[in-house]
Amino acid sequence: MEDEKIQIALRVNGEEITARVEPRMHLVDFLRSQLELTGSHLGCEHGICGACSVRLDGVVVRGCLVLAVQCDGAEITTIEGLTESGEISDLQEHFVSRNALQCGFCTPGMLMTAAELLERKKSLPREEIREFMSGNFCRCTGYHAIIDAIEETMNDRRSGVQ
Amino acid sequence: MGRELTLGPLDRQHSYVGRNLPREKAKRAVRGRGRYTDDITLPRTVHAAFVRSPYAHADICEINVEKAIAHPGVVLVMTGSEMKEMCTGPWLGTLSVFETMKTAPQYPMAVDRVCWQGEPVVMVVAESRAVAEDAAELVSVVYEELPVVAHKEKALEPGANLVHKELNENLAFEKVIDNGDVRKAFDEADHIVEGVFNFGRHTAVSLETRALLASYEKDTEELTIYTSSQTPHMIQAIIAKTLGLPEHKCRVVAPFVGGSFGLKIHSFGDEFAATAASIKLGRPVKFIADRLESFLTDIHARENKVAGKMAISDEGEIQALEIDILSGVGAYSQYPRTSVFEANQILNITGGPYKHQNYKARMRVAYMHKVPTSQYRAVGHPIGNSVGEALVDMAAEKVGLDPIEIRRRNVMEDDSYPRKTASGIDVADMSHQACLETLVKRMGYEELIAERDACRNKGVFRGIGIAAFIKGTAPGPAGYYGAGGAPIASQDAATVKIEPSGNIICSVGVTDQGQGVDTVMQQITASVLGVPEGMVRVIEGDTDATPYGGGTYASRATAIGGEATYQAALALRAELLVIAGALLQANPEKIDILNGNIVDAGTDNIRIPLSELGRIAHFQVAQLPNEIEPQLSHTKRFRLRDALYIFTNGIQGAYVEVDPDTGFISLLNHWVVEDCGRVINPILADEQVRGGCVQGIGGALYEHCIYDDQAQLLNGSLVDYIVPMASEMPDIDVVHVQTHTGVSELGSKGVGESGTGAAPAVVMNAVNDAIRPLGGRVFEQPMTPEVILKALGKI
Repeated sequence: MEDEKIQIALRVNGEEITARVEPRMHLVDFLRSQLELTGSHLGCEHGICGACSVRLDGVVVRGCLVLAVQCDGAEITTIEGLTESGEISDLQEHFVSRNALQCGFCTPGMLMTAAELLERKKSLPREEIREFMSGNFCRCTGYHAIIDAIEETMNDRRSGVQ
Repeated sequence: MGRELTLGPLDRQHSYVGRNLPREKAKRAVRGRGRYTDDITLPRTVHAAFVRSPYAHADICEINVEKAIAHPGVVLVMTGSEMKEMCTGPWLGTLSVFETMKTAPQYPMAVDRVCWQGEPVVMVVAESRAVAEDAAELVSVVYEELPVVAHKEKALEPGANLVHKELNENLAFEKVIDNGDVRKAFDEADHIVEGVFNFGRHTAVSLETRALLASYEKDTEELTIYTSSQTPHMIQAIIAKTLGLPEHKCRVVAPFVGGSFGLKIHSFGDEFAATAASIKLGRPVKFIADRLESFLTDIHARENKVAGKMAISDEGEIQALEIDILSGVGAYSQYPRTSVFEANQILNITGGPYKHQNYKARMRVAYMHKVPTSQYRAVGHPIGNSVGEALVDMAAEKVGLDPIEIRRRNVMEDDSYPRKTASGIDVADMSHQACLETLVKRMGYEELIAERDACRNKGVFRGIGIAAFIKGTAPGPAGYYGAGGAPIASQDAATVKIEPSGNIICSVGVTDQGQGVDTVMQQITASVLGVPEGMVRVIEGDTDATPYGGGTYASRATAIGGEATYQAALALRAELLVIAGALLQANPEKIDILNGNIVDAGTDNIRIPLSELGRIAHFQVAQLPNEIEPQLSHTKRFRLRDALYIFTNGIQGAYVEVDPDTGFISLLNHWVVEDCGRVINPILADEQVRGGCVQGIGGALYEHCIYDDQAQLLNGSLVDYIVPMASEMPDIDVVHVQTHTGVSELGSKGVGESGTGAAPAVVMNAVNDAIRPLGGRVFEQPMTPEVILKALGKI
């Protein structure tokens, strides 16, 4: 398989990466197995559960529906990068204090989607937060606490709470 | 009277009990720093993939693995027969308490014959999962198809095809109870209501699939398994037994577990095969189920048909209940817990909240050529509650009573315990009346009725549902597993010890899958000892590091493990006060521990910090009198003495809207009032209930493993198998009534399954209330749009 590998160069969490990947390897397998960034999870590998959500050139995508070779020249941000930059530290704190996660397996993807929502909207009715988050499956919480945590973060940001 | 004299160790100053302490694991998980089994890779790890049966029933005529073995990167190919050679014997999924139960012997992989679609046939181990899958495609298996048993109703007909010829029939188990005088009650009843209820198969869909990494050291026979499990000690026992390994050299570690819900308390053949591969290869082997094979091979649950009828007086008194359960299970009874529990729990709990004493129930369990079924969150309860509570609503309608009023007249009185249910199980410390009246207030019941009626007048079909429930939690050894002979501990243990630094380590046999079991133990330990929570670290999920325990299943972690932790912390506290008393020449009864310091009781004057006490007790022991021999580590065990379970109770309310043109159901509101005894961490208890409700709602509305007549699963992906997502789910109002259980000093009961147990019942009652003006009634779950439209006679 080595001779079939293709060289890609990309930025992951701000770091320049050059790697050789099989054409069939999807992005999240590349992140997890070659870069050892295990914060992005595999829940279904067919684009439904959202556990593998990562940011690709500023947009949240399913890491299982994108091939690593498609990311040549791209900028990828994973949960590790979002954490490091401090961009969602308020959201993360609300998730912990509101207990908006149990097993935590969906959480990186959930935060990735919620971060995108918080970036786009300063205020949103609860039902629309639910609607926006409906592409991320959580089997533990029943969603109520997740919606609370996002709503609390939105309210804090609007009222200037740091 | 001095207030101190009435305060228990958990009610003292600075107690953490009743407070919302955040979870340490949550802090890691939000940063992407959880460590799940697939995140762990050991040097020279290889990966397993499986060739699985495409048929529900077939003879294996020929297997050709040559091309797979020759594929670059492949290190091992193993057939079911070769796997059998590595086993000490087959599994038998029976318990001696189910005396007449029949099951066929089962090996981890199919040998000669496949009995369900998805059963593992050949394992391929290679340098990566992708290469293993490539090679698996090169394996050729020749099958000869055999007659399939795909329907539970047909399975028990005379002359039916057989799942296993050697059993001579497909009936796994039959049991009848007949308490009171049921026939007389029905003969003399003012009214009888009845119905036949159908419940579809569904499955756990934990977001992290089943996962295992096994690493065997040939020279020392030491086996280490990292696995996504709720029950490390049980896995240790059955792995050692099945593969003939020295049990004390098998270490099982459950790192972060990405959801479990009962799924991860069972044996799965592919996991045993991957472990066997590690033994054969002497190197680490990883197996991570993908989502498609999860649908095919995880345990399924809930497939039951229940005929029920209830006798009711003109005044609305329940006079008798009779149910007949037909439970459709898989090709084998799941080892080591069996596949008959679901039906047995339906039999135990149906009509459980009520005073009536005339109860007859029959359960029959039928084998089919499908994946085995077993214990999934709230085993049997969603079905028993749905049947019982639907019959209560039908009875209310018959005699012209409001659903709240009929329950008010029939629930067991709060001052009437201990007592037995009509099914004969012991219950105590319950609060049906208090929960019911609390629910009425929380719902704003009268106003809600007015709103519903106003909507009806406008042609909007809204319904209110009520469902009372009981829930068996924290099973004891006198019941099924212990008495039945399975290597599953019903006792659990905690070790609480002080380190030289004065910090406290608490290690427990119960395990955490995100519920916050570790946090609960931290709160109990810190409260009893009188130390800041940051001084306590909890260790769980590792057979090398924890005392022997059953792990987490059946809502037992806080009720059983919590009491063990409480007692161990009390023992350490008593010893620390004796040691401090000797050092300080003080009466141990006149000193206390507060905020990590030994203080004078009453004045809180600091005498010596625990860091100093820990240092002296470990290193300067000569400072202590000879008669004091510091132990510094205390292990306590706890189990139920006589009872089968600690039964809890509660009641749920739901408000829904049904679109009679499309059959779509909108969930508008959901309320739960439940009694789990003493609540240690309110937010964690609330979230167990909320998540549990949504899991129950999933089964009630969407989730269904659909099989065709050849027992082929038609919807084994998340595209076709619908799970609840955020946009369809309601906010859920949760209240806890706290009646402490008398079986422990801690007073906590289980809470993890109470939402799941009654949510399907309350949603079904609400849907039926909504469509009542249209003249239909639903008896089936999941209540898909098609089911609703059929009930309304529209299709």
